[in-house]
Amino acid sequence: MSITEILFWFLSALALVGALMVVLSRNPVHSVLWLVATFFAISGHYILMNAQFLAIVNIIVYAGAIMVLFLFVIMLMNLNSEAEPRKSWMMQLAGVLAGGCFMMVLVSLVRQTAELGGKTALVKEGNIGLIKQLGMKLFSEYTVPFEISSVLFLSAMVGAVVIGKKD
Amino acid sequence: MNTILLAFDLALFLEKLILIAVIIFASLGIALYTTFAERKVAALLQDRSGPNRVGPFGLFQPFADGLKLLMKEEIIPNTSNKFLFILGPFMAMTAALMTCAVIPWGNQVEMFGRTIQLQIADINIGVLYVFGVVSLGVYGMLIGGWASNNKFSLMAALRGASQAISYELAMGLSLIALLMLTGSLSMKTIVEQQMDSYWNILYQPLGFLIFIICVFAECNRTPFDLPEAENELNFGYHQEYSSMKLGFYLFAEYIHMFIGSAVMSTLYFGGYDVPFLDESTLSSNVAALVGIASLMAKIVFFLFLFMWVRWTIPRFRYDQLMNLGWKSLIPLALFNMLLTGALILAKSGL
Repeated sequence: MSITEILFWFLSALALVGALMVVLSRNPVHSVLWLVATFFAISGHYILMNAQFLAIVNIIVYAGAIMVLFLFVIMLMNLNSEAEPRKSWMMQLAGVLAGGCFMMVLVSLVRQTAELGGKTALVKEGNIGLIKQLGMKLFSEYTVPFEISSVLFLSAMVGAVVIGKKD
Repeated sequence: MNTILLAFDLALFLEKLILIAVIIFASLGIALYTTFAERKVAALLQDRSGPNRVGPFGLFQPFADGLKLLMKEEIIPNTSNKFLFILGPFMAMTAALMTCAVIPWGNQVEMFGRTIQLQIADINIGVLYVFGVVSLGVYGMLIGGWASNNKFSLMAALRGASQAISYELAMGLSLIALLMLTGSLSMKTIVEQQMDSYWNILYQPLGFLIFIICVFAECNRTPFDLPEAENELNFGYHQEYSSMKLGFYLFAEYIHMFIGSAVMSTLYFGGYDVPFLDESTLSSNVAALVGIASLMAKIVFFLFLFMWVRWTIPRFRYDQLMNLGWKSLIPLALFNMLLTGALILAKSGL
Protein backbone atom coordinates (compact mmCIF):
# COMPACT_ATOMS: atom_id res chain seq x y z
CA MET A 1 0.00 0.00 0.00
CA SER A 2 1.22 3.45 -0.81
CA ILE A 3 1.12 6.25 1.72
CA THR A 4 -1.89 7.73 -0.05
CA GLU A 5 -3.84 4.50 0.35
CA ILE A 6 -2.92 4.16 4.00
CA LEU A 7 -4.03 7.74 4.57
CA PHE A 8 -7.26 7.13 2.68
CA TRP A 9 -8.19 4.11 4.81
CA PHE A 10 -7.18 5.84 8.01
CA LEU A 11 -9.22 8.94 7.21
CA SER A 12 -12.22 6.89 6.12
CA ALA A 13 -12.13 4.90 9.34
CA LEU A 14 -11.79 8.11 11.35
CA ALA A 15 -14.72 9.71 9.54
CA LEU A 16 -16.97 6.68 10.05
CA VAL A 17 -16.04 6.12 13.68
CA GLY A 18 -16.38 9.85 14.39
CA ALA A 19 -19.78 10.04 12.74
CA LEU A 20 -20.98 6.98 14.66
CA MET A 21 -19.70 8.35 17.93
CA VAL A 22 -21.59 11.62 17.32
CA VAL A 23 -24.80 9.62 17.45
CA LEU A 24 -23.76 7.15 20.13
CA SER A 25 -22.23 9.49 22.71
CA ARG A 26 -24.56 10.26 25.57
CA ASN A 27 -22.75 13.48 26.43
CA PRO A 28 -23.57 16.28 23.93
CA VAL A 29 -20.15 17.90 24.36
CA HIS A 30 -18.52 14.62 23.35
CA SER A 31 -20.82 14.48 20.33
CA VAL A 32 -19.69 17.93 19.22
CA LEU A 33 -16.04 17.00 19.60
CA TRP A 34 -16.51 13.80 17.60
CA LEU A 35 -18.21 15.86 14.92
CA VAL A 36 -15.15 18.12 14.84
CA ALA A 37 -12.97 15.03 14.39
CA THR A 38 -15.23 13.93 11.52
CA PHE A 39 -14.81 17.31 9.84
CA PHE A 40 -11.07 16.95 10.12
CA ALA A 41 -11.22 13.52 8.48
CA ILE A 42 -13.31 14.95 5.63
CA SER A 43 -10.83 17.81 5.22
CA GLY A 44 -8.10 15.19 5.02
CA HIS A 45 -9.98 13.56 2.15
CA TYR A 46 -10.19 16.91 0.38
CA ILE A 47 -6.43 17.29 0.71
CA LEU A 48 -5.92 13.81 -0.74
CA MET A 49 -7.97 14.97 -3.72
CA ASN A 50 -5.76 18.07 -3.99
CA ALA A 51 -8.65 20.36 -3.03
CA GLN A 52 -6.72 22.39 -0.46
CA PHE A 53 -9.02 25.36 -0.51
CA LEU A 54 -12.10 23.28 0.23
CA ALA A 55 -10.20 21.48 2.98
CA ILE A 56 -9.20 24.63 4.81
CA VAL A 57 -12.55 26.35 4.33
CA ASN A 58 -14.25 23.26 5.73
CA ILE A 59 -12.08 23.58 8.83
CA ILE A 60 -12.48 27.36 9.22
CA VAL A 61 -16.24 27.41 8.74
CA TYR A 62 -17.39 24.14 10.28
CA ALA A 63 -14.76 23.17 12.84
CA GLY A 64 -13.75 26.72 13.68
CA ALA A 65 -17.02 28.62 13.72
CA ILE A 66 -20.18 26.54 13.62
CA MET A 67 -19.01 23.87 16.07
CA VAL A 68 -17.84 26.57 18.48
CA LEU A 69 -21.36 27.97 18.42
CA PHE A 70 -22.75 24.48 19.07
CA LEU A 71 -20.40 24.15 22.04
CA PHE A 72 -21.53 27.56 23.28
CA VAL A 73 -25.18 26.58 23.24
CA ILE A 74 -24.55 23.21 24.88
CA MET A 75 -22.36 24.72 27.58
CA LEU A 76 -24.77 27.56 28.34
CA MET A 77 -27.74 25.22 28.57
CA ASN A 78 -25.61 22.90 30.68
CA LEU A 79 -26.65 19.78 28.81
CA ASN A 80 -24.96 16.61 29.95
CA SER A 81 -25.65 12.92 29.93
CA GLU A 82 -27.91 13.15 33.00
CA ALA A 83 -30.05 15.86 31.38
CA GLU A 84 -30.61 13.65 28.33
CA PRO A 85 -34.28 12.57 28.43
CA ARG A 86 -34.99 8.85 28.27
CA LYS A 87 -37.17 8.12 25.27
CA SER A 88 -39.79 5.39 25.29
CA TRP A 89 -39.19 2.23 23.21
CA MET A 90 -41.84 3.35 20.72
CA MET A 91 -39.91 6.54 20.02
CA GLN A 92 -36.66 4.62 19.72
CA LEU A 93 -38.20 2.17 17.26
CA ALA A 94 -39.63 5.01 15.18
CA GLY A 95 -36.21 6.66 15.13
CA VAL A 96 -34.48 3.48 13.99
CA LEU A 97 -37.06 2.90 11.25
CA ALA A 98 -36.89 6.46 9.95
CA GLY A 99 -33.10 6.50 10.01
CA GLY A 100 -32.89 3.11 8.30
CA CYS A 101 -35.24 4.20 5.52
CA PHE A 102 -33.24 7.34 4.94
CA MET A 103 -30.01 5.36 4.77
CA MET A 104 -31.55 2.93 2.28
CA VAL A 105 -32.63 5.82 0.05
CA LEU A 106 -29.15 7.35 0.17
CA VAL A 107 -27.35 4.08 -0.52
CA SER A 108 -29.61 3.14 -3.43
CA LEU A 109 -29.24 6.65 -4.82
CA VAL A 110 -25.46 6.41 -4.80
CA ARG A 111 -25.55 2.91 -6.28
CA GLN A 112 -27.85 3.91 -9.13
CA THR A 113 -26.08 7.10 -10.10
CA ALA A 114 -24.68 6.45 -13.55
CA GLU A 115 -22.00 9.11 -13.20
CA LEU A 116 -20.41 7.39 -10.23
CA GLY A 117 -20.40 3.88 -11.66
CA GLY A 118 -16.98 2.40 -12.27
CA LYS A 119 -15.18 5.65 -11.50
CA THR A 120 -12.30 6.09 -9.10
CA ALA A 121 -11.53 9.25 -7.21
CA LEU A 122 -8.75 11.45 -8.52
CA VAL A 123 -6.06 11.34 -5.91
CA LYS A 124 -3.19 13.84 -5.71
CA GLU A 125 -4.05 15.29 -9.09
CA GLY A 126 -6.67 17.45 -10.67
CA ASN A 127 -6.66 21.16 -9.89
CA ILE A 128 -10.34 21.97 -9.66
CA GLY A 129 -10.12 22.38 -5.88
CA LEU A 130 -7.23 24.83 -5.98
CA ILE A 131 -8.11 28.38 -5.08
CA LYS A 132 -7.16 29.88 -8.46
CA GLN A 133 -9.32 27.50 -10.49
CA LEU A 134 -12.19 27.86 -8.06
CA GLY A 135 -12.04 31.66 -8.19
CA MET A 136 -11.91 31.68 -11.98
CA LYS A 137 -14.92 29.41 -12.23
CA LEU A 138 -16.93 31.32 -9.63
CA PHE A 139 -16.34 34.69 -11.22
CA SER A 140 -16.78 33.66 -14.84
CA GLU A 141 -19.09 30.72 -15.34
CA TYR A 142 -21.08 30.93 -12.12
CA THR A 143 -21.15 34.69 -11.47
CA VAL A 144 -24.93 34.98 -11.21
CA PRO A 145 -25.49 32.11 -8.71
CA PHE A 146 -22.51 33.38 -6.74
CA GLU A 147 -23.93 36.90 -6.47
CA ILE A 148 -27.39 35.58 -5.63
CA SER A 149 -25.97 33.51 -2.80
CA SER A 150 -24.25 36.62 -1.48
CA VAL A 151 -27.66 38.33 -1.34
CA LEU A 152 -28.90 35.30 0.58
CA PHE A 153 -26.08 35.73 3.09
CA LEU A 154 -26.85 39.41 3.44
CA SER A 155 -30.50 38.71 4.19
CA ALA A 156 -29.48 36.06 6.74
CA MET A 157 -27.19 38.61 8.41
CA VAL A 158 -29.95 41.23 8.53
CA GLY A 159 -32.29 38.60 9.96
CA ALA A 160 -29.78 37.67 12.67
CA VAL A 161 -29.37 41.32 13.66
CA VAL A 162 -33.15 41.83 13.79
CA ILE A 163 -33.62 38.76 16.00
CA GLY A 164 -30.71 39.81 18.17
CA LYS A 165 -32.16 43.28 18.71
CA LYS A 166 -35.58 42.02 19.78
CA ASP A 167 -35.33 42.12 23.56
CA MET B 1 10.69 2.13 -9.33
CA ASN B 2 8.81 1.81 -6.13
CA THR B 3 11.92 1.54 -4.01
CA ILE B 4 13.41 4.62 -5.68
CA LEU B 5 10.30 6.59 -4.90
CA LEU B 6 10.40 5.35 -1.35
CA ALA B 7 14.07 6.27 -0.95
CA PHE B 8 13.44 9.76 -2.26
CA ASP B 9 10.51 10.12 0.06
CA LEU B 10 12.60 8.94 2.98
CA ALA B 11 15.24 11.64 2.50
CA LEU B 12 12.57 14.31 2.19
CA PHE B 13 10.75 12.81 5.15
CA LEU B 14 13.86 12.93 7.33
CA GLU B 15 14.63 16.47 6.21
CA LYS B 16 11.15 17.66 7.07
CA LEU B 17 11.16 15.75 10.36
CA ILE B 18 14.39 17.43 11.44
CA LEU B 19 13.06 20.79 10.32
CA ILE B 20 9.85 20.29 12.31
CA ALA B 21 11.80 19.24 15.40
CA VAL B 22 14.13 22.23 15.12
CA ILE B 23 11.30 24.71 14.62
CA ILE B 24 9.18 23.33 17.44
CA PHE B 25 12.09 23.27 19.86
CA ALA B 26 13.10 26.76 18.79
CA SER B 27 9.52 27.97 19.33
CA LEU B 28 9.44 26.39 22.76
CA GLY B 29 12.83 27.79 23.66
CA ILE B 30 11.94 31.28 22.52
CA ALA B 31 8.62 31.10 24.35
CA LEU B 32 10.52 29.96 27.45
CA TYR B 33 12.74 33.01 27.32
CA THR B 34 9.80 35.24 26.49
CA THR B 35 8.43 34.50 29.96
CA PHE B 36 11.77 35.65 31.35
CA ALA B 37 11.81 38.71 29.09
CA GLU B 38 8.27 39.53 30.19
CA ARG B 39 9.38 39.75 33.81
CA LYS B 40 12.49 41.71 32.90
CA VAL B 41 10.55 44.18 30.74
CA ALA B 42 7.93 44.57 33.46
CA ALA B 43 10.74 45.31 35.87
CA LEU B 44 12.29 47.78 33.46
CA LEU B 45 9.02 49.64 32.99
CA GLN B 46 8.35 49.66 36.73
CA ASP B 47 11.88 50.75 37.61
CA ARG B 48 13.02 47.66 39.46
CA SER B 49 15.59 45.01 38.58
CA GLY B 50 13.43 41.94 38.05
CA PRO B 51 14.50 38.29 38.51
CA ASN B 52 18.27 38.16 38.97
CA ARG B 53 18.92 35.34 41.44
CA VAL B 54 19.07 32.16 39.33
CA GLY B 55 22.25 32.08 37.26
CA PRO B 56 24.00 35.10 35.75
CA PHE B 57 21.50 37.99 35.36
CA GLY B 58 18.76 35.53 36.35
CA LEU B 59 19.13 33.78 33.00
CA PHE B 60 18.14 30.36 34.36
CA GLN B 61 14.95 31.71 35.88
CA PRO B 62 12.63 30.12 33.22
CA PHE B 63 14.03 26.67 34.02
CA ALA B 64 13.47 27.24 37.71
CA ASP B 65 9.90 28.31 36.91
CA GLY B 66 9.34 25.23 34.77
CA LEU B 67 10.76 22.95 37.43
CA LYS B 68 8.52 24.57 40.02
CA LEU B 69 5.42 23.97 37.89
CA LEU B 70 6.47 20.40 37.17
CA MET B 71 6.98 19.62 40.84
CA LYS B 72 3.58 20.93 41.93
CA GLU B 73 0.94 18.45 42.89
CA GLU B 74 -1.35 17.43 40.05
CA ILE B 75 -4.95 18.06 41.05
CA ILE B 76 -7.92 16.97 38.97
CA PRO B 77 -11.22 18.02 40.57
CA ASN B 78 -13.45 14.96 40.93
CA THR B 79 -16.51 16.80 39.69
CA SER B 80 -14.87 17.62 36.40
CA ASN B 81 -15.02 15.73 33.14
CA LYS B 82 -11.66 14.01 33.42
CA PHE B 83 -10.90 13.24 29.79
CA LEU B 84 -11.80 16.70 28.52
CA PHE B 85 -10.05 18.28 31.50
CA ILE B 86 -6.80 16.69 30.39
CA LEU B 87 -7.50 17.26 26.68
CA GLY B 88 -7.93 21.04 27.10
CA PRO B 89 -4.30 22.08 27.73
CA PHE B 90 -3.04 19.73 25.03
CA MET B 91 -5.37 21.23 22.46
CA ALA B 92 -4.30 24.73 23.46
CA MET B 93 -0.65 23.78 23.03
CA THR B 94 -1.15 21.93 19.74
CA ALA B 95 -3.14 24.75 18.18
CA ALA B 96 -0.48 27.23 19.28
CA LEU B 97 2.33 25.22 17.67
CA MET B 98 0.54 24.23 14.45
CA THR B 99 0.85 27.65 12.83
CA CYS B 100 4.63 27.48 12.56
CA ALA B 101 4.27 24.95 9.71
CA VAL B 102 3.59 27.56 7.03
CA ILE B 103 5.87 30.40 8.12
CA PRO B 104 8.94 30.78 5.91
CA TRP B 105 11.73 31.10 8.48
CA GLY B 106 14.32 31.89 5.87
CA ASN B 107 15.26 31.22 2.30
CA GLN B 108 16.88 27.94 1.33
CA VAL B 109 20.15 26.58 2.73
CA GLU B 110 22.44 24.13 1.01
CA MET B 111 23.59 21.29 3.20
CA PHE B 112 24.97 17.81 2.39
CA GLY B 113 24.40 18.49 -1.31
CA ARG B 114 20.71 19.16 -0.81
CA THR B 115 18.78 22.39 -1.05
CA ILE B 116 16.64 22.67 2.04
CA GLN B 117 13.75 25.09 2.15
CA LEU B 118 13.45 26.67 5.59
CA GLN B 119 9.71 26.26 5.60
CA ILE B 120 7.91 23.11 6.64
CA ALA B 121 5.16 23.36 4.04
CA ASP B 122 4.79 25.94 1.29
CA ILE B 123 1.10 25.34 0.67
CA ASN B 124 -0.76 27.63 -1.70
CA ILE B 125 -3.31 28.49 0.99
CA GLY B 126 -0.79 29.49 3.68
CA VAL B 127 -2.68 32.54 4.96
CA LEU B 128 -5.94 30.61 5.16
CA TYR B 129 -4.16 27.84 7.05
CA VAL B 130 -3.03 30.34 9.66
CA PHE B 131 -6.58 31.56 9.88
CA GLY B 132 -7.93 28.01 10.27
CA VAL B 133 -5.52 27.20 13.07
CA VAL B 134 -6.37 30.47 14.84
CA SER B 135 -10.03 29.54 14.73
CA LEU B 136 -9.19 26.19 16.34
CA GLY B 137 -7.35 27.89 19.19
CA VAL B 138 -10.70 28.54 20.85
CA TYR B 139 -11.24 24.86 21.62
CA GLY B 140 -8.48 24.47 24.20
CA MET B 141 -9.85 27.37 26.20
CA LEU B 142 -13.50 26.43 25.82
CA ILE B 143 -13.06 22.75 26.66
CA GLY B 144 -10.75 23.42 29.58
CA GLY B 145 -13.09 26.00 31.05
CA TRP B 146 -16.15 23.81 30.68
CA ALA B 147 -14.55 20.59 31.89
CA SER B 148 -13.36 22.29 35.09
CA ASN B 149 -16.97 22.40 36.28
CA ASN B 150 -16.43 25.81 37.83
CA LYS B 151 -18.63 28.76 37.00
CA PHE B 152 -15.75 31.25 36.90
CA SER B 153 -13.83 29.01 34.51
CA LEU B 154 -16.88 28.60 32.30
CA MET B 155 -17.60 32.32 32.24
CA ALA B 156 -13.99 33.06 31.40
CA ALA B 157 -14.00 30.43 28.66
CA LEU B 158 -17.17 31.85 27.12
CA ARG B 159 -15.74 35.35 27.28
CA GLY B 160 -12.54 34.21 25.67
CA ALA B 161 -14.29 32.29 22.92
CA SER B 162 -16.65 35.13 22.01
CA GLN B 163 -13.73 37.55 22.03
CA ALA B 164 -11.73 35.31 19.74
CA ILE B 165 -14.62 34.84 17.32
CA SER B 166 -15.38 38.58 17.23
CA TYR B 167 -11.82 39.59 16.48
CA GLU B 168 -11.30 36.84 13.91
CA LEU B 169 -13.78 38.66 11.66
CA ALA B 170 -11.92 41.97 11.67
CA MET B 171 -8.66 40.05 11.26
CA GLY B 172 -9.96 38.24 8.20
CA LEU B 173 -11.27 41.45 6.67
CA SER B 174 -7.97 43.26 7.18
CA LEU B 175 -6.20 40.29 5.56
CA ILE B 176 -8.47 40.42 2.51
CA ALA B 177 -7.19 43.92 1.71
CA LEU B 178 -3.62 42.59 1.94
CA LEU B 179 -4.45 39.64 -0.28
CA MET B 180 -5.93 41.98 -2.90
CA LEU B 181 -2.45 43.48 -3.20
CA THR B 182 -0.41 40.29 -3.12
CA GLY B 183 -2.72 38.16 -5.21
CA SER B 184 -1.37 35.05 -3.51
CA LEU B 185 -2.12 33.12 -0.35
CA SER B 186 1.30 31.50 -0.14
CA MET B 187 3.40 33.00 2.65
CA LYS B 188 6.60 32.39 0.70
CA THR B 189 5.29 34.23 -2.36
CA ILE B 190 4.18 37.13 -0.17
CA VAL B 191 7.68 37.43 1.29
CA GLU B 192 9.32 37.20 -2.12
CA GLN B 193 7.09 39.98 -3.44
CA GLN B 194 8.15 42.17 -0.54
CA MET B 195 11.82 41.44 -1.25
CA ASP B 196 11.43 42.76 -4.77
CA SER B 197 9.47 45.90 -3.89
CA TYR B 198 8.56 47.64 -0.63
CA TRP B 199 7.20 46.03 2.53
CA ASN B 200 3.46 45.63 2.72
CA ILE B 201 3.25 47.94 5.73
CA LEU B 202 3.74 50.88 3.34
CA TYR B 203 0.72 49.84 1.28
CA GLN B 204 -1.46 48.69 4.17
CA PRO B 205 -0.84 50.87 7.25
CA LEU B 206 -4.50 50.84 8.30
CA GLY B 207 -4.82 47.13 7.61
CA PHE B 208 -1.77 46.45 9.75
CA LEU B 209 -3.16 48.52 12.62
CA ILE B 210 -6.38 46.48 12.57
CA PHE B 211 -4.41 43.26 12.23
CA ILE B 212 -2.13 43.94 15.20
CA ILE B 213 -5.06 44.88 17.43
CA CYS B 214 -6.74 41.61 16.46
CA VAL B 215 -3.55 39.66 17.15
CA PHE B 216 -3.45 41.18 20.64
CA ALA B 217 -7.05 40.11 21.16
CA GLU B 218 -6.48 36.61 19.79
CA CYS B 219 -3.49 36.11 22.08
CA ASN B 220 -5.60 37.25 25.06
CA ARG B 221 -2.98 39.82 25.91
CA THR B 222 -3.57 43.00 27.87
CA PRO B 223 -5.51 45.22 27.14
CA PHE B 224 -7.73 42.35 25.95
CA ASP B 225 -6.94 39.77 28.66
CA LEU B 226 -10.55 39.49 29.81
CA PRO B 227 -10.61 35.67 29.89
CA GLU B 228 -8.13 35.83 32.75
CA ALA B 229 -9.22 39.08 34.38
CA GLU B 230 -8.12 38.04 37.85
CA ASN B 231 -10.09 40.62 39.81
CA GLU B 232 -13.36 39.57 38.16
CA LEU B 233 -12.92 35.86 37.52
CA ASN B 234 -10.40 34.84 40.20
CA PHE B 235 -7.92 33.45 37.70
CA GLY B 236 -9.78 32.74 34.48
CA TYR B 237 -10.49 29.60 32.51
CA HIS B 238 -7.49 27.73 33.93
CA GLN B 239 -8.43 28.29 37.55
CA GLU B 240 -8.84 24.60 38.40
CA TYR B 241 -5.61 23.60 36.71
CA SER B 242 -2.39 22.92 38.50
CA SER B 243 1.09 21.68 37.78
CA MET B 244 2.19 21.30 34.16
CA LYS B 245 -1.34 21.48 32.75
CA LEU B 246 -1.52 25.04 34.03
CA GLY B 247 1.96 25.48 32.64
CA PHE B 248 0.75 24.37 29.21
CA TYR B 249 -2.01 26.97 29.20
CA LEU B 250 0.29 29.76 30.30
CA PHE B 251 2.96 28.62 27.90
CA ALA B 252 0.55 28.39 24.97
CA GLU B 253 -0.06 32.13 25.37
CA TYR B 254 3.63 32.85 24.91
CA ILE B 255 3.85 30.57 21.89
CA HIS B 256 0.84 32.41 20.47
CA MET B 257 2.69 35.67 20.95
CA PHE B 258 5.78 34.31 19.23
CA ILE B 259 3.88 32.88 16.27
CA GLY B 260 1.68 35.98 16.04
CA SER B 261 4.82 38.13 15.84
CA ALA B 262 6.20 35.84 13.16
CA VAL B 263 3.01 36.12 11.12
CA MET B 264 2.96 39.90 11.42
CA SER B 265 6.62 40.15 10.40
CA THR B 266 6.03 37.84 7.46
CA LEU B 267 2.88 39.44 6.13
CA TYR B 268 3.64 43.12 6.70
CA PHE B 269 7.35 43.53 7.42
CA GLY B 270 9.02 41.53 4.71
CA GLY B 271 9.61 38.29 6.63
CA TYR B 272 13.24 37.29 6.25
CA ASP B 273 13.95 40.26 3.98
CA VAL B 274 16.76 42.58 5.06
CA PRO B 275 16.08 46.16 3.98
CA PHE B 276 18.58 47.84 1.63
CA LEU B 277 20.47 44.60 1.05
CA ASP B 278 20.53 42.64 -2.17
CA GLU B 279 20.52 39.04 -0.98
CA SER B 280 21.51 37.68 -4.38
CA THR B 281 25.04 39.07 -3.91
CA LEU B 282 25.59 36.78 -0.93
CA SER B 283 26.10 33.05 -1.04
CA SER B 284 22.97 31.04 -0.39
CA ASN B 285 23.80 29.91 3.14
CA VAL B 286 24.98 33.32 4.32
CA ALA B 287 21.85 34.92 2.86
CA ALA B 288 19.69 32.38 4.69
CA LEU B 289 21.43 33.06 8.00
CA VAL B 290 21.13 36.83 7.56
CA GLY B 291 17.48 36.31 6.66
CA ILE B 292 16.76 34.24 9.76
CA ALA B 293 18.50 36.83 11.92
CA SER B 294 16.45 39.58 10.30
CA LEU B 295 13.16 37.73 10.88
CA MET B 296 14.15 37.02 14.49
CA ALA B 297 14.98 40.69 15.06
CA LYS B 298 11.53 41.68 13.81
CA ILE B 299 9.90 39.02 15.99
CA VAL B 300 11.80 40.17 19.07
CA PHE B 301 10.66 43.73 18.40
CA PHE B 302 7.02 42.62 18.25
CA LEU B 303 7.43 40.55 21.41
CA PHE B 304 8.78 43.62 23.14
CA LEU B 305 5.80 45.58 21.82
CA PHE B 306 3.45 42.99 23.34
CA MET B 307 5.07 43.48 26.74
CA TRP B 308 5.35 47.22 26.41
CA VAL B 309 1.61 47.45 25.79
CA ARG B 310 0.83 45.01 28.58
CA TRP B 311 2.56 47.09 31.20
CA THR B 312 1.30 50.42 29.85
CA ILE B 313 -2.38 50.12 28.98
CA PRO B 314 -5.07 49.01 31.44
CA ARG B 315 -7.64 46.37 30.61
CA PHE B 316 -10.78 47.09 28.60
CA ARG B 317 -14.25 46.60 30.01
CA TYR B 318 -16.11 43.75 28.35
CA ASP B 319 -18.68 45.92 26.55
CA GLN B 320 -15.89 48.24 25.38
CA LEU B 321 -14.08 45.22 23.98
CA MET B 322 -17.12 44.06 22.03
CA ASN B 323 -17.92 47.58 20.82
CA LEU B 324 -14.36 48.04 19.62
CA GLY B 325 -14.42 44.74 17.77
CA TRP B 326 -17.81 44.95 16.13
CA LYS B 327 -18.49 48.66 15.79
CA SER B 328 -15.02 50.09 15.12
CA LEU B 329 -12.67 47.49 13.74
CA ILE B 330 -15.02 45.71 11.35
CA PRO B 331 -16.31 48.92 9.66
CA LEU B 332 -12.75 50.21 9.55
CA ALA B 333 -11.55 46.99 7.96
CA LEU B 334 -14.38 47.15 5.41
CA PHE B 335 -13.43 50.76 4.63
CA ASN B 336 -9.81 49.70 4.22
CA MET B 337 -10.91 46.97 1.82
CA LEU B 338 -12.92 49.46 -0.22
CA LEU B 339 -10.05 51.94 -0.27
CA THR B 340 -7.56 49.29 -1.36
CA GLY B 341 -9.88 48.13 -4.12
CA ALA B 342 -10.43 51.69 -5.34
CA LEU B 343 -6.70 52.42 -5.37
CA ILE B 344 -5.90 49.23 -7.23
CA LEU B 345 -8.56 50.10 -9.77
CA ALA B 346 -7.28 53.67 -10.10
CA LYS B 347 -3.71 52.48 -10.55
CA SER B 348 -4.59 50.00 -13.26
CA GLY B 349 -6.13 52.92 -15.16
CA LEU B 350 -9.79 51.82 -14.85
